[in-house]
Amino acid sequence: MEVGQMQRRLVDYTKSLFMEGFLDSQFLQLQQLQDENNPDFVVEVVSLFFEDSEKLLNELTRALDQTNVEFKKVDAHVHQLKGSSSSIGAQRVKNACIAFRNFCEEQNTEACMRCLQQVKQEYYLVKNKLETMFRLEQQIVAAGGSIPIIEMSS
Amino acid sequence: MDKKISTALVVDDNTVNQRIHRKLLDNLGIQSETVANGKEAVDVHISGKNFDLILMDLEMPIMNGIEATRKLREMGIRSMIAGVSTRSLEEEKQEFMKAGLDDFQEKPLTVAKLVSILHKLNRK
Repeated sequence: MEVGQMQRRLVDYTKSLFMEGFLDSQFLQLQQLQDENNPDFVVEVVSLFFEDSEKLLNELTRALDQTNVEFKKVDAHVHQLKGSSSSIGAQRVKNACIAFRNFCEEQNTEACMRCLQQVKQEYYLVKNKLETMFRLEQQIVAAGGSIPIIEMSS
Repeated sequence: MDKKISTALVVDDNTVNQRIHRKLLDNLGIQSETVANGKEAVDVHISGKNFDLILMDLEMPIMNGIEATRKLREMGIRSMIAGVSTRSLEEEKQEFMKAGLDDFQEKPLTVAKLVSILHKLNRK
């Protein structure tokens, strides 16, 4: 596949992530922060997000598996996950966390467990999508091309 | 004359936010350090360090942003303290402001929001 085709494929793929609500404008903010001093800034931050999120999801699974669920602890973990997903523009994960926090407040274990499944689903979906996007970028760079700037106005 | 802002302290327990806030500051030529909670923010000032700007998260373990801001002001710290939080409850925001904030911005922090904080710092 020639570079132009790869670039078009990347643009279309990235746009679809915004259209389908996986990413919001905060992701564009991250891309705009990337520069020659930190050429891998977006990958670095997203990798941090992946690392953090997986720890938090494990903690949440453990916390909700207890006989006496400590909802304050659960809420604190969800707050963290909501914070980092919001900061990288992972909109659907963030929204799933908002719903989750409401049920933490109600101390509803069943609903919290359903929310956790939802958050996990959204997280693994966006992880998969972002990894695909980064692979497409790597292919373009390996073929000697540059990463196109995504315009979301159209 | 504009005050030169050269140093900042990022107070946030979230490593993703720490990285993003540091990059935002770095892109504006501002050197920064990070700490993970309010107590560490207080301790770093007790050690003698000072910063032009403090970006203070609200919800943190050990010591939250409200308590940390209050303590820093009691210690006589005159730095600009900008609260940066996802919490949108008006009462909590008011309590945060009352503790001694100069500004408050809702997360996620963007270039525009940080520039707005810096403009306020220049007018201080």
